[in-house]
Amino acid sequence: MTEAHVSCDVLVVGGGPAGLTAAQVACESGAKTILLDDNPAFGGQIWRGAKHFRFDNKVLDLISDQTAAQLGTTDEPARLRKMPGWRVVAAPRPGVATAESLSETNSIHFQKLILATGARERFLPFPGWTLPNVMGAGGLQAMVKSGLPIAGKRVVIAGTGPLLLAVAEYLKQCRADVRLIAEQASGSSLFRFGLSLTSHPAKLFQAAMLKARLLTVPYLTDCWVTRAEGKDTLERVCLRQESKSWQLECDYLATGFHLIPNTELAELMGCAIENGCVKVDEDQQTSVPNVYCAGEPTGIGGVEKSVVEGRIAGLAAAGLAQEARKYHAVWRHCARFAGRLNETFRLREELKALSTDETFVCRCEDVTLAQLRECSTWRAAKLHRRCGMGPCQGRICGPAVEFLFGWKPESVRPPVFPARVESLTQADVEEKSS
Amino acid sequence: MPMPETVSLRINGKELSVAPGTTVAAAILIAGHSAFRRSVAGTPRGPLCGMGICFECRVTVNGEPHARSCQIECMPGMEVRTGD
Amino acid sequence: MSKSFDAVIAGAGIVGTACALELAKAGLCVAVVEPHVVGGGATAAGMGHVVVMDDSEAQFALTHYSQQLWQQLAEELPAFGESEQRGTIWVAADEEEMLEVRRKQAYYNARGVTAEILDAHALAEAEPNLRPGLPGGLFVPGDSVVYPPCVAAHLMRRAQDHGAVLMPGRSVTAIADNGVRLSDGTNVPMGLFVNAAGSWSPELDPGIGVKKRKGHLLITDRYPGFVHHQLVELGYLKSAHSMTSESVAFNAQPRSTGQVLIGSSRQFGAEGAEVEAHMLRRMLLRACEYMPGLARLRTVRTWTGFRAATPDKLPLIGPSPGRENRYLATGHEGLGITTSLGTAKLLADQILKRTPSIPFAPYLPSRSMEHDAHA
Repeated sequence: MTEAHVSCDVLVVGGGPAGLTAAQVACESGAKTILLDDNPAFGGQIWRGAKHFRFDNKVLDLISDQTAAQLGTTDEPARLRKMPGWRVVAAPRPGVATAESLSETNSIHFQKLILATGARERFLPFPGWTLPNVMGAGGLQAMVKSGLPIAGKRVVIAGTGPLLLAVAEYLKQCRADVRLIAEQASGSSLFRFGLSLTSHPAKLFQAAMLKARLLTVPYLTDCWVTRAEGKDTLERVCLRQESKSWQLECDYLATGFHLIPNTELAELMGCAIENGCVKVDEDQQTSVPNVYCAGEPTGIGGVEKSVVEGRIAGLAAAGLAQEARKYHAVWRHCARFAGRLNETFRLREELKALSTDETFVCRCEDVTLAQLRECSTWRAAKLHRRCGMGPCQGRICGPAVEFLFGWKPESVRPPVFPARVESLTQADVEEKSS
Repeated sequence: MPMPETVSLRINGKELSVAPGTTVAAAILIAGHSAFRRSVAGTPRGPLCGMGICFECRVTVNGEPHARSCQIECMPGMEVRTGD
Repeated sequence: MSKSFDAVIAGAGIVGTACALELAKAGLCVAVVEPHVVGGGATAAGMGHVVVMDDSEAQFALTHYSQQLWQQLAEELPAFGESEQRGTIWVAADEEEMLEVRRKQAYYNARGVTAEILDAHALAEAEPNLRPGLPGGLFVPGDSVVYPPCVAAHLMRRAQDHGAVLMPGRSVTAIADNGVRLSDGTNVPMGLFVNAAGSWSPELDPGIGVKKRKGHLLITDRYPGFVHHQLVELGYLKSAHSMTSESVAFNAQPRSTGQVLIGSSRQFGAEGAEVEAHMLRRMLLRACEYMPGLARLRTVRTWTGFRAATPDKLPLIGPSPGRENRYLATGHEGLGITTSLGTAKLLADQILKRTPSIPFAPYLPSRSMEHDAHA
């Protein structure tokens, strides 16, 4: 049965650490809450691995597996409605979101909205990156979690960021033959980063490094993949570290270059964006009244920052902003860590030279680097070469093009994600009560 | 009701049994196909992001084209076709 | 001071670039000033349907003439131009519209345009995804589909081969008898000025009676074979050409990529470029009435654009009234892609005092436009 629409006090979009926390808090505070996520299961995308870091960590205790488990049981409060497998595709008017599942469309009416849309991996093009079995680091992890047997498979993990370590640890646990972790960041910057980690959020990272070492996976810094090779699927990767280059046979390459905030839905809602992130005030409210944002979209910072922001946003949206303020100190702590994190894993200039003329930059439309070089703006690249015109709507090539050429993507229009035509014909787009 | 131990589906006409909760993408890889589709220029492609964003893992599920296989769990009797 | 040009054209849309090529080929030294991207305005927003129309004799003459020019151009277009002769099917929804089908066929045939009546069965066979029970339609095989931004880029490159200069990223801020000033402060000396700025043309030539008419479009993911011809509802003639308020009409177009382009909407008085949920909804409901299966296709993108509308639905091609050495090539409403090539010829004919292939009097900006259609 398709309902005409559903309504709630607080709609939380995204069921990762930030969204789960926000939904739990809002619901416990008495708000009728809807939590939706586009995946079949809650738990978040990038940090699906989070539950594998088990620390005595005050911040993580705010959520952890317990919350996820709670939300997953049937005796959840009646005030909370979960909608896994639903994605918001349009926002036809204030207070209304259009969401669709694999087969249905629904309008969700809300008083307050919390955007916890998380992050995605940044991908950079290099020769061979379109070969099957070259996947994102988070991508391969997600694939293994959803049933792909990895035991005994030879995996190279390459790119940048702490996610590489989390993924390595997870894959090792699944008995993958992780042959190498190639981190493009310099050893010296990582060392400085390590030294600066004197307080708990960062233990996560330190411990992961330690574990990776204990698990005997070679971890090379200043090292990156220059090309992937194979006939119809990946067979080997070529690597470089300083003047040295070599090849490594493998079944999978898990590659990602840190994270990109998912800001598209916030942009569609009209929220101000600053330095690529959603701008929020100390209550996590965006520039649009009654629209809050928590977690990675406000700045990449990992699970702990997401959890704290989710808590603040959930309380503020439920009308308990005062209560939320006691978390500000923890938040500042997490934000400082986030700043250092992003500085450490900054992309090196050499990565701009990996692609050749023939390398596809836009994978949806197969637009090559040479074709992009003929263009002078993102709009010209779109109109004249179809770059970013495919179903990913520029989510994959956009950040790569921005890194390579410095072009900023265009404004977001509905649908914010490819949506069925019928989803754009929902009855309550007109301004009237139904 | 007890959970069934396996789910049976057909990938390119061939029967395959997987654990419940397995996504169609994982099932396709288990079945030995690394190329899920051909790109617009005809090159083979498989999953990249694993989280429903990149659209590289699209296959035809029960006759419906452009289905993102990483976002769909295997269901009994499902018909999956790759290579479109 | 920069170098002097025989002609400066404002706007590198399909009309401006077509004019640039035509004038440059005739030996004029041409500059094209474009604030944004070549083919990035209404040219990029439109459907790219090259169609012969019969609202009036003058409209028929210009669209028919232009279509012949498109057939010549098609041979040299690069693949990015996505030129395909799909033909148009004008879809009738009832017996009254079938009368219009017959009238239209007689009109086209009398003027040498092939047009074939499809009965209910033939229509269903030609387009199986149309709703069952439609009485028929008119198939016009000579019409085609192009991808206008790349055609404009091609025309610009051809013009550049003939010595034309593109001045991107700047707009015209002031026009004098012997030169224009650009937004970056440059003065460009010139002999004559051509306003091809589409719906923005009144900013350069105030009082020319061109109004913005907003439209929405939607494109789906790739579904090869879902639609085979450019489909237009015949009700389009009733709904789309009303000069008042808001209207929608069913248009569906197969792209060479396998994507389906769905239109159309028309609005006066809407100045903002944002996609409006209520217009999009009306437009799509109309489309789904004709083609129910569209409802399940995936939308990749929606967008809007502004047509440059005139009261009598004919473009303005020729001297700007009361302004020495200034010409207009604007006001093409929804037919700018089709009529761009004819416009360029007629403009050059006037500037160069050549014998025109078709009479240009109906399009002169100095004409009387009292016969406002909806009055």
